[in-house]
Amino acid sequence: MSPYDRKEDEVRRLLDGPHPGVPVDLAPRAAERGRRVLARRRVLHAVLWTLLVVGVVVALVLAVVWWPGAEPLDTTPGGW
Amino acid sequence: MGERREAAERLREAEFEAFAAGAAGRLLHVAALLTGDRTEGTELLCAALSRTYADWFRMRGEDPYAFTRAEIVRRFAQRPWWRRPRGGVLGTLNVRERLVIVLRLYEGIAEEQAAAQLGMPSERVRTITLRATAVLRSRPARSGTAARVREAAS
Repeated sequence: MSPYDRKEDEVRRLLDGPHPGVPVDLAPRAAERGRRVLARRRVLHAVLWTLLVVGVVVALVLAVVWWPGAEPLDTTPGGW
Repeated sequence: MGERREAAERLREAEFEAFAAGAAGRLLHVAALLTGDRTEGTELLCAALSRTYADWFRMRGEDPYAFTRAEIVRRFAQRPWWRRPRGGVLGTLNVRERLVIVLRLYEGIAEEQAAAQLGMPSERVRTITLRATAVLRSRPARSGTAARVREAAS
């Protein structure tokens, strides 16, 4: 074993000190917070989808209304 | 809510609970080593676990333990300077040294992986490990002044 490994082992022992117990409410609290994250994501997705659909509908309507019609010309091209 | 989604949510709940019961102890130690404070470590772990809960079905085969640890590391590394950690077993180390020491020596992650996770070259990880090991052996947790000086220098 190299002296370098020995030094690292010393630090490892230092890090491996007493493990405090986990608070009982930690997992339920994290789950609750996770559910809120999911709910926020769902709302955000719904809003974005709605915006997209509204945008497509508006674009279609405008395209139909403003589409240049193929009306026959009164005069011949070139003004003869 | 659809029946299938309800079933998926129940599955998520049960799997997450089983995972948290098994892994929370070790992850809490990681978070407490990083922050130097048990209460702060608990909050950090809670925030990371909430992401694990939300992304449970998105992980697609990734280890939830590694996912949560990466989230702890990400959140800890992105903290603003006024939330600099103080005290604890690693009281003499700065943020980067704490991350490297915990990942390399406590979690036993390979140098290259730790480097990739922290976004630095692996030579740098080796240098920081050597320096932090020397600091910890010469001056066990006392003050954070030297750590701040090294932080400013690096």
